[in-house]
Amino acid sequence: MTRFVLGRIGFYTLIAVLLAFFTIPLLWLAAAPFTSDPTYEVRVPDFTLDNFTAILEHPYALPSLLNSLVLAVGTALLVVLFAALAAYALSRVRLPGRDALLYALLLLSSIITGTAAMVPLFQLAVELNLIDSQLGLILILSGGLLPAAIFMLKDFMDSTPKSYEESARVFGASPLQIVRHVVVPLVRPGLATIAVWAVANVWGNFLMPYLLLSDVEKQPAAVIMYTLYTEGGQANLTLLSTFGLLYSVPVVLMYLFVSKKYGFRFHGGIKR
Amino acid sequence: MAAIELRGLTKVYPGGVKALDSLDLAIPDGEFFALLGPSGCGKTTLLRTIAGLETATGGAVVIGDRDVTGVQPGARDIAMVFQDYALFPHMDVTDNIAYPLRIKKVGKADRQRKALEVGTRLGLDQLMDRRPGQLSGGQQQRVALARVMATQAKAFLFDEPLSNLDARLRLEARTFLKKLQRELGVTTVFVTHDQAEALAMADRMAVMEAGHIRQIGTPAEVFQRPANTFVAAFIGSTPMNLLDGTVRGDTLEVAGCKVPVPVSAEGLLVDGERIVYGVRPEYNTYSAEPAEGSLGGKVAIVENLGASHLVTLEVGDVLVQAVVPEGDEPELGVDGFATPRRDRALVYRDGELVSA
Amino acid sequence: MAQATSPPEAPEVIDEARARRYSSDAAGLGRLRAGAFVAPALALIAVFLVFPALWVLYLGLTNYRLTGTAAAEPKLVGFDNFVKAVSDPAFWNSTWLTVQFVLGSAVIGQVVLGFTIAWLMRDRTGPLKRAVEGLVILAWILPSAVVSFLWVALLDRDGGTLQALLHLPGFAPLLDHPMLSIVVFNTWRGAAFSMMLYGAALGNVPPSHLESARLAGASGWQQLRDVVFPHIRGHILTNLLLISLWTFNDFTPFMLTAGGPDGQTEVLAVHVYKVALLGQELGYGAAVSTVILLINLVVAVFYLRLLRSKK
Ligand SMILES: Nc1ncnc2c1ncn2[C@@H]1O[C@H](COP(=O)(O)OP(=O)(O)OP(=O)(O)O)[C@@H](O)[C@H]1O
Ligand SMILES: [Mg+2]
Repeated sequence: MTRFVLGRIGFYTLIAVLLAFFTIPLLWLAAAPFTSDPTYEVRVPDFTLDNFTAILEHPYALPSLLNSLVLAVGTALLVVLFAALAAYALSRVRLPGRDALLYALLLLSSIITGTAAMVPLFQLAVELNLIDSQLGLILILSGGLLPAAIFMLKDFMDSTPKSYEESARVFGASPLQIVRHVVVPLVRPGLATIAVWAVANVWGNFLMPYLLLSDVEKQPAAVIMYTLYTEGGQANLTLLSTFGLLYSVPVVLMYLFVSKKYGFRFHGGIKR
Repeated sequence: MAAIELRGLTKVYPGGVKALDSLDLAIPDGEFFALLGPSGCGKTTLLRTIAGLETATGGAVVIGDRDVTGVQPGARDIAMVFQDYALFPHMDVTDNIAYPLRIKKVGKADRQRKALEVGTRLGLDQLMDRRPGQLSGGQQQRVALARVMATQAKAFLFDEPLSNLDARLRLEARTFLKKLQRELGVTTVFVTHDQAEALAMADRMAVMEAGHIRQIGTPAEVFQRPANTFVAAFIGSTPMNLLDGTVRGDTLEVAGCKVPVPVSAEGLLVDGERIVYGVRPEYNTYSAEPAEGSLGGKVAIVENLGASHLVTLEVGDVLVQAVVPEGDEPELGVDGFATPRRDRALVYRDGELVSA
Repeated sequence: MAQATSPPEAPEVIDEARARRYSSDAAGLGRLRAGAFVAPALALIAVFLVFPALWVLYLGLTNYRLTGTAAAEPKLVGFDNFVKAVSDPAFWNSTWLTVQFVLGSAVIGQVVLGFTIAWLMRDRTGPLKRAVEGLVILAWILPSAVVSFLWVALLDRDGGTLQALLHLPGFAPLLDHPMLSIVVFNTWRGAAFSMMLYGAALGNVPPSHLESARLAGASGWQQLRDVVFPHIRGHILTNLLLISLWTFNDFTPFMLTAGGPDGQTEVLAVHVYKVALLGQELGYGAAVSTVILLINLVVAVFYLRLLRSKK
């Protein structure tokens, strides 16, 4: 009996410590945006909304969120479109060298990371005049995400029975009709997963835009956030707190949406 | 409506599996034809090659008066029901039934009317707005049928359309399908590995083994006169007794007993040659006393088949089975005798049926 | 019912080419169209992923710099850059720091913490489980720029939250214990992945095995050792390889400490950035990148081997 009670006490103490460890760093983000004159220390907020005006006044804050959106949506569209086409063809047609190609893709995507490739990517961007080009950054980010996206989507398509397509084919549907009428609706959850995954990846990515976008008007929120707290004298905590919150909210909403809708939890390889 | 003819049809899968080996088959217009065989013998492959979902490695497929070997599946004027029905999960029943018409660019109003018409005929009129996921197995099967009916195809191909139904529903669907096919008169090829299904429904049937057709005939022919020992052993709810024997004048010596030469082999046997003597358990008459031309031994096993019993006798060192009516089953271990019906017993030489 | 119709006159020997005129994949796509479907993705991957990786190998052999004469006409210098790296104490310092970072935050921190949470929560449902998991996952999904700043605020030396909580004026973890700080930070940041992976793995341990162990009187620890670990051994290895790879390539420490103070947190990822892009020695940076690539390759091949052997 005492052993049981001790066990309970131990369990709840451990849980309390864990909760504290994970909560304390996040408290600031929850409290500071609603506190007048926020400091580094977490204080009980007085629920002011005045801090949010700081964002409106800052010349780069809101535009940077828009930049993040452009980069994320652009990359997600490109990745979903190209990965879906490639994954479908690889799943359904015995192309010569298919297995080797898939293996190589998987290998590449895990070894060529931003860290390992930053030097040549920077160089490449200089040579191709892609420095300060959002399109260039989208292409580079897409190139990095595509192998994993193709791999995940191919898995998804492999598990979709072929008989739907064959059935449509016997009725006389052309390949493109089959893709439009049958394949796309069937794999829609997979496409949505990849889109969300790509958006989440780009939205949080710091290194690539930091390297390749030097024009502050084109920089996404990740870079602006970093600049805000590293550059120049005293950091503007009013701005940092509200901006950090606005920048974080979409990710959280997206996560909630996806896990509600598809019961999907970010799984292996979903995020670096 | 059209006849189907296969000439020397061969299919070798990448990787070297020869699933169809130079196969010839003619199915006349309007016939309900069943393909039966053990798992992996190539039934599905045959059906898919007729449909054009697999390209033939050699040989020709002729539908009606058109050689369609190199023609796309969609242009062959056939319709196919898959084993899992392949109803599009994102479309309701109406859209599923109307899909073939949508491909043929029939107007929306027309194809919905047609879908409702066909659906009503199959008793689906209350379900037209449901998605396949909201239907029972039997209802899904009828939607799949409605969808092929809406195509106005020249021939229907069914790959085990009843195997996803439970036993009771399967009997109902069997009768329904047969009746429907009669009414429509469309040439139908039907794959099954359930021989009862084939025997019950088909006008004619083929038994396949390893890419070859081993016998073609009406269900009665195939059941009563299996053309070879493979078909003999494969067909029947209880396998046929196949016993090694030797011709001794006008009798046969089988398992140490003497039996008369069956009617079907009379005058076709040579004295002293080795043969296989075949008789179905249903055509063995069981008795407790020896009879003229009976196989005698000890009762080793008695199995209950419901309205009858299957009795296994140990005759020398071979086993002989006989079906015994309810109430007449013997005790284990007693002496028993099985007398084959002379007009039903068969003789095989080198695995092939001896007959005139 | 009609009798067998007389067969039409069809050629006896079929024309092989004609029989193969159309494709037999499910949608009738055919190789040509399939190739066209794959091409755009492969083109992007080739230009922006494969080519850079190959180029890094080449760059590592040159004396390329961003400015100056070496920028205009880079020369092949053979293995000089590698020799330079191997004899540079800064490189070895970074390597050693990376080892500490990966071992401390991934192999020990995230694995132990992730497994502990998964184990504590294994049979629970309801608000407590949702709260714990939600917070752990939140730490993982928030943008790295935001969480980095949150930790800067937490650990700040004039009035950070931690200092206020502990009542330790002058307590400055980022300056006094920078490596420990980023290790704890990364453990906090990445525990979610291990937690979810082990949560799924523990869900697959057959309850009957645990029950029979419990009936036999096994203690919690014995159940873990004799029933759970043998079942999830594969998951542990997968998890270790993946998070090691990710942590090894993680650039986030840069946002906390920028490699400082005094190079005390200059892990290889940050080292490359500093020498190649700030110091402009692209050739030397590429040589270090090559080393990173090779280490990634070894880990990835090992991981793929493991995946294959499971199938
Ligand atoms: N896509 C394929 N690639 C290679 N071999 C195949 C393929 N499909 C079938 N086979 C092989 O061809 C042979 C015939 O297969 P098929 O599916 O036609 O058999 P089946 O008679 O329909 O069997 P079942 O009753 O189990 O459905 C089998 O040996 C099978 O392994
Ligand atoms: Mg089959």
